[in-house]
Amino acid sequence: MHHILSNISVLTAAPVLNFGLLIDGVLIGSIFALAAYGLALVWGVMNVKNLAQGDFIMLGGYITWTLGRYGLSPLLGVPVAFGFLWCFGWVIYRLVIRKVITRDLFTSLLATFGVAIVIQQSLNLAFGPDTQSAHSGLPDWQFAGGLVMVSATRLLGFVLAILLALAVILFMKNSRTGQAIRATAQDARAARVLGIDTEKVYAFTFCLNAAICGAAGALVALVWNVQPFFGTTYSIRLFVIVTAAGIGNLPAVIAAGFGMGVFEQFGGFLLGAEFQQALIVLLLLGVLAYRQLQYMRIRQAVQ
Amino acid sequence: MNFASRQALPYWLILVAGTIAPFVFHQYSNEIAVLWLMIVFASTWDILGGQMGYNSLGNIVFFGAGMYICAVVQIGLFYDVGMYTAGSRTTHIVFTNAQYFSGFALGLVAAGIGAAILAIAAGWIVFGLRGPYFAIGTLGLAVASAELTASWDWVGAASGISMPVFPYAPETQKLFFYFLLFALGFSLLLFLRWLYSTSFGLALNAIRDDEEKAEAMGLHTRRYKRTAWAISAFFLGIAGAVFGNMTGFIEPRDIAFPTTTFNLFMVVMVLLGGKGTLWGPVIGAVIFHTFKEVTWTYFLGWQFVALGLLIVVTIVYFQQGVAGWLIEKYPAWFAPRDALKRPEATPALAPQPEGAE
Repeated sequence: MHHILSNISVLTAAPVLNFGLLIDGVLIGSIFALAAYGLALVWGVMNVKNLAQGDFIMLGGYITWTLGRYGLSPLLGVPVAFGFLWCFGWVIYRLVIRKVITRDLFTSLLATFGVAIVIQQSLNLAFGPDTQSAHSGLPDWQFAGGLVMVSATRLLGFVLAILLALAVILFMKNSRTGQAIRATAQDARAARVLGIDTEKVYAFTFCLNAAICGAAGALVALVWNVQPFFGTTYSIRLFVIVTAAGIGNLPAVIAAGFGMGVFEQFGGFLLGAEFQQALIVLLLLGVLAYRQLQYMRIRQAVQ
Repeated sequence: MNFASRQALPYWLILVAGTIAPFVFHQYSNEIAVLWLMIVFASTWDILGGQMGYNSLGNIVFFGAGMYICAVVQIGLFYDVGMYTAGSRTTHIVFTNAQYFSGFALGLVAAGIGAAILAIAAGWIVFGLRGPYFAIGTLGLAVASAELTASWDWVGAASGISMPVFPYAPETQKLFFYFLLFALGFSLLLFLRWLYSTSFGLALNAIRDDEEKAEAMGLHTRRYKRTAWAISAFFLGIAGAVFGNMTGFIEPRDIAFPTTTFNLFMVVMVLLGGKGTLWGPVIGAVIFHTFKEVTWTYFLGWQFVALGLLIVVTIVYFQQGVAGWLIEKYPAWFAPRDALKRPEATPALAPQPEGAE
């Protein structure tokens, strides 16, 4: 308790530190927003809650890290992870997701949880349990006498995340495939009647989501670090974001992603890094409890 | 139940087999004791998951809570818990026989009741959630309890607690804990058999089949859900208390609240054996545990990859489980007994027309 109060007094004594935390939160939040967008996409279109989302991110991160280890620029990791995860997503779709789309929701949840365990344990066997980070070799800029530090890598990650998110949003709005995806999300049966191959739409959506996660993972490896078992925390974060925002509401998903980033930076600073995971999980419970209160007023269950 | 009837035969067989097993398979008595623990896991998970249709991913909370409550009672009766956990690295603290057994007995009771109270309290938070939200919310509870316990210094934080040492020889210890777990598992089976035959059991099934309709018929569904969870928490809490003393050392992440091992085993065993039946979870636990014990060492580090694959394959390709498959394949075997409960095949199993959602 004492520890927390002294941290608060540090923040009030040096307000410029707040600014630093805010910037870091926004930069990292952009990556959360990107991956949460993918989760909301799959959730909304095919009604599958993908618990392996965080592990897709880790997979993308390890691809980037491996590229860096072989002397290639880790920045190359973004497109490579995007492409690799696209194919990986297709394999997972053919083997698992296709068979559980029409079943009840717990089935898909548990099946993707199984996929998550396979991915994290395989990563653990392949790369070991240490945290790894890819170095882009870009400089850090310091402001306000060293109190505020903005790393060029984080800024680059931010810009890439925003560009990617914009590209996906424009694609969904304007392209023919994007229209088909949105039609399927609205009413799969009507879409089939109108000649849309929903099977193809599902496959495409899942691959797109996996690829987005891969790119997000590449950015995570660049600006932060990756570890085989961090995936679960990412999955929980993304669920918090999407649950708090509501699946149909994409601007809210992106805003909640930024909010999550800022919340985590401040929470981690105030409570200490060892509480980070507990903080995210408690936020999940808080959001679920809040949703429940909201639904109680209209006498419905959160489902 | 009529103890002389043919229906009672399986229970007599289990009672006899369970009693002689640790003497016949002497060197495997620990593994068989864990098998009973697995049966408790699967059967308590099935109360919610199978009978009531609420798939929890957080039942491990009560196992760990029982473990810690029992430890705190056992130590707290005679010493200061904070000092004990802080000093256990350097000093060896001895409990007398009377201290050990009185503390343990009291701890078992406290663990069961404490876990049940915890379930009722947690039920206020999670039972307004349905389907996947319930699963994710309970998973959150499990992860949160592991993380919070791991940062709570009074109970030893992440480095855990060394439990009081059993005062007799290791051989006696093995048998003592075996028979505790056996008694727990066996009484749970008898209790569930009775429970599922009462109107309470029917109410659980009604909630599973259509919760809105059940509520409209006047069932106070939330009360039933909380009670059902408290029942499974009671048995899980006692199981945790016994298991904590059996291993002699408890810590939050891998022993008390292992989200990806015991917590998932529960679900996998029930799905493997067959949801919503009395014997399905037992069959699943036996198959899973035997398979795991026999093959685990041959996987050379790939065990958990294999576990993930097993989950995926079970859930995607073999969801009705062994018991469900048997009922589908040989309905005649189950007809006389089930005829009273289920007059006809459940409509859910009827073939869907082509193109239906």
